[in-house]
Amino acid sequence: MTEKTDKTMISRRMVLEVAGGGVIAALLAGSFAGPARADAALLAEAIKRAVGDSAMNEGRITLDLPEIAENGNTVPISVAIDSPMTDADHVKAVHVFAEKNPAADVASIYFTPSSGAAKASFRMRLGGTQNVVAVAEMSDGSLYTTKKLVKVTIGGCGG
Amino acid sequence: MASKPRVRVPKTAKKGEIITIKSLISHTMETGRRKDRKTGELVPRKIINKFVCTFNGKQVFASDWHPAVSANPYMAFNYKAEESGEFEFIWTDDDGSTYSTKAKMTVN
Repeated sequence: MTEKTDKTMISRRMVLEVAGGGVIAALLAGSFAGPARADAALLAEAIKRAVGDSAMNEGRITLDLPEIAENGNTVPISVAIDSPMTDADHVKAVHVFAEKNPAADVASIYFTPSSGAAKASFRMRLGGTQNVVAVAEMSDGSLYTTKKLVKVTIGGCGG
Repeated sequence: MASKPRVRVPKTAKKGEIITIKSLISHTMETGRRKDRKTGELVPRKIINKFVCTFNGKQVFASDWHPAVSANPYMAFNYKAEESGEFEFIWTDDDGSTYSTKAKMTVN
């Protein structure tokens, strides 16, 4: 009799565990699918809104971001563009985008020749693991871009 | 709520020197996507959307911010010192109000 009771208890516990696991799996799937996340098309749209759709060159931008960000609410970012920063040849602006945030735009930074160096540091929110993209506009109208993948442990877009 | 704009600018600089300016302001930077824990309703968006730095009245640096800029926004940038004068820093809120502070620098 006692043996039988034990068996039923174990089986019930097992059933509960399996059911619990199922719920967790469903929650995870839900959070990965995510509602209304900016995808590649939205990123392309945001970039087009900021700088038009001219051809992009690679390089000249140094994007300094942590490889792994524990807290997506405050991710330190530093962006620097290689330029002499003279009246004739300088960086007009750099635009920062996050590929998978609810909105791709992060910040636009406008330099002048009196900036001396085209460099800025700030802190941004990342809703999850994703690429951060920087697009720089030069005084001659040319565009440069670079991107960096940041792994985010805890997302930072409210909720 | 925003308050306490803080900037760090060197008091003196050599002519031609590229200095670093650091700025910080207290602001929640509400994204408009966060839900109130008690009511379950979305907290309306309220962020600082623009930051401008002028020197002797001329704009030398500016930045447009979106909700992806963290709370208590920090911004560090550079400036090439050419003459003595005064910086002014102006943050503009979604509601139109502005917060500002000034800093003097002597160039020798």
